[in-house]
Amino acid sequence: MASGLRRFVGSLSRRNLSTACANKQLIQQHDGGVGSGKSLNLYSAINQALHIALETDPRAYVFGEDVGFGGVFRCTTGLADRFGKSRVFNTPLCEQGIVGFAIGLAAMGNRAIAEIQFADYIFPAFDQIVNEAAKFRYRSGNQFNCGGPSCDSPGLTVRAPYGAVGHGGHYHSQSPEAFFCHVPGLKVVIPRSPQQAKGLLLSCIRDPNPVVFFEPKWLYRFSVEEVPEDDYMLPLSEAEVIREGSDITLVGWGAQLSIMEQACLDAEKEGISCELIDLKTLIPWDKETVEASVRKTGRLLISHEAPVTGGFGAEISASILERCFLRLEAPVARVCGLDTPFPLVFEPFYMPTKNKASCLESFKVPTQHCCMNLTAHGS
Amino acid sequence: MALSKLSSSSSLSTNILKPLTNSFFLHRPISTDTTPLTIETSVPFTSHQCEAPSRSVETTPKELLSFFRQMATMRRMEIAADSLYKAKLVRGFCHLYDGQEAVAIGMEAGITKKDSIITAYRDHCTFLGRGGTLLEVFSELMGRKDGCSHGKGGSMHFYKKDSGFYGGHGIVGAQIPLGCGLAFAQKYSKDETVTFALYGDGAANQGQLFEALNIAALWDLPAILVCENNHYGMGTAEWRAAKSPSYYKRGDYVPGLKVDGMDALAVKQACKFAKEHALKNGPMILEMDTYRYHGHSMSDPGSTYRTRDEISGVRQERDPIERIRKLILAHDLATEKELKDIEKEVRKEVDDAIAKAKESPMPEPSELFTNVYVKGYGVEVIVNTLYQYIGFFFAS
Repeated sequence: MASGLRRFVGSLSRRNLSTACANKQLIQQHDGGVGSGKSLNLYSAINQALHIALETDPRAYVFGEDVGFGGVFRCTTGLADRFGKSRVFNTPLCEQGIVGFAIGLAAMGNRAIAEIQFADYIFPAFDQIVNEAAKFRYRSGNQFNCGGPSCDSPGLTVRAPYGAVGHGGHYHSQSPEAFFCHVPGLKVVIPRSPQQAKGLLLSCIRDPNPVVFFEPKWLYRFSVEEVPEDDYMLPLSEAEVIREGSDITLVGWGAQLSIMEQACLDAEKEGISCELIDLKTLIPWDKETVEASVRKTGRLLISHEAPVTGGFGAEISASILERCFLRLEAPVARVCGLDTPFPLVFEPFYMPTKNKASCLESFKVPTQHCCMNLTAHGS
Repeated sequence: MALSKLSSSSSLSTNILKPLTNSFFLHRPISTDTTPLTIETSVPFTSHQCEAPSRSVETTPKELLSFFRQMATMRRMEIAADSLYKAKLVRGFCHLYDGQEAVAIGMEAGITKKDSIITAYRDHCTFLGRGGTLLEVFSELMGRKDGCSHGKGGSMHFYKKDSGFYGGHGIVGAQIPLGCGLAFAQKYSKDETVTFALYGDGAANQGQLFEALNIAALWDLPAILVCENNHYGMGTAEWRAAKSPSYYKRGDYVPGLKVDGMDALAVKQACKFAKEHALKNGPMILEMDTYRYHGHSMSDPGSTYRTRDEISGVRQERDPIERIRKLILAHDLATEKELKDIEKEVRKEVDDAIAKAKESPMPEPSELFTNVYVKGYGVEVIVNTLYQYIGFFFAS
């Protein structure tokens, strides 16, 4: 990890918000060496990361449905022209085949970067990810793996766009991260912004473990910020406090952070000081950062788009209760998607919006379970 | 062929008679004429492990005219759906069928409504073919109460239980094994019905297809797997994705038939043949050689992976509606003006249905929580949690 090119900049980004807007501060505070940033949206940042990944490792491959001509979200634009069709190629529509193939490719010492076109389509590949990729190393007593012994060893990364886009309906909106968080041997990573996406994706690609990297498709075009042009990595399993506060800790990941950020601003107007944490890596997750924050604030709210029951918020809640039970001043609150299939016309009702996340009253009255601002439903 | 004799003699008559003949045509009962007609399919069938059916297809003037009207309705409906999507009145994903109409129409003509159909997400026209209405289509597209799935499904999830349409499925290839399950139930009930499970050339590379094929063949299920080969799996040409794009042969031990999917009569002949075969001998694959004019979905302009010339070439040479139009005119079953009038009527029907669908209310907000589970059976716990969770807005 000490390689000059691969510089971790995570600690530097522990500043104010860098969620949806450009964060010039961060770039300026970079410890030199890293070139100037360019304003990029999230898909371009992913694209840049993939360019770097292919350039820095001749044994890296990018493949998936329609990636040859740029992919449906343009994340792989230009890759096939630059690196050739033997390294960047389209696959048939067969998710199970794509991931199985990627595992085999990685097992032979290559960096396999597979794309599943939508996270909703990942389920045909679920068996390959859960039973093959995650357990290969363990069950072979470390003879085989789809990674390697160190960060310089190649590995397997499965990229998939997840989450709501406002009108995606049942099968283009789901957030399936919790399914994969139940699988020891896997890593699950979700970035919140272009800069994060580039650094985290490069870390995932170079991680010797199989990683599922979910990209918030809502932010592909929407989120723009300055992204360093050179090769940098952000640490995995390290959460980041992106906003400091003293009254309550909010934990989230991916696109939901921009919603939570707005809730923080609304709460601030009410005199409530919120601390906002981006978990970034869901497994193995950074309990210490969350614990330290909750010890300070005494309250915890977790928010994600996936349905509340069995969501990863439940795991965070249980872990923090174990660690901070006597310090908590209110029950842990979860503001999440509802326990329904992802709806078509009722997406606004389903979503954990900022009005639901504001929970203003609950912060003032610690015993209250979880308050929703009702305007979202009233309209 | 009394009618065609009459019309040919009238076409020989002088110009003075023309207005008279026109008015005669307008009033003749063209759409109910059931005089048998025999028409050759555009190209021969290609078969695999079976004897191909005859190229001569029995039809009637009535059937040809109804093909024309129904396909014109489908075409107009899909074009209107495109505009509605662009006007942001249709949310969710939307996959249009224009170009492929002959498959939906021909299949219906070869089977009965007691047979089952299950398809993927390009399902608007298949639904209409099963007897669905334009109002149900547009209401569903716009997420309204009068939609065929009560506004809860959207474009990809059309269903019609009373005529055996098991609907639109969102995940590529996932509907094929389901279709085999339907066929198993049909075989068990011995009611001489079959299931047509439709999938695209993209889905033909999914592992599920081969699992389903094996099961269907092993148990001799009356399942017909219909590969609607429009030559592009999303943005990837068939030859880039399939080692063998001869999808009708890919069942190996399962017989197959390649059909011109732009020729409604060929499709009808093939489906009739396949149904008979399936009832006697088990599954069969039909590969419909067809073409979609639109892109894969609304976010695909459809022009990055194929040339505009290719699209316009198919429109000019193979268009399924134009083929029927030419047949009708060649056999003198209607005049060009009459066909134009049909298209005008269809256009109005579509516009009226859209206007009506726009009036249809959105589903009740409580519908967000219905149909997740059947009430009772202990699921109240979950419903209660839900209400607790969102309790505040219900309380206010």
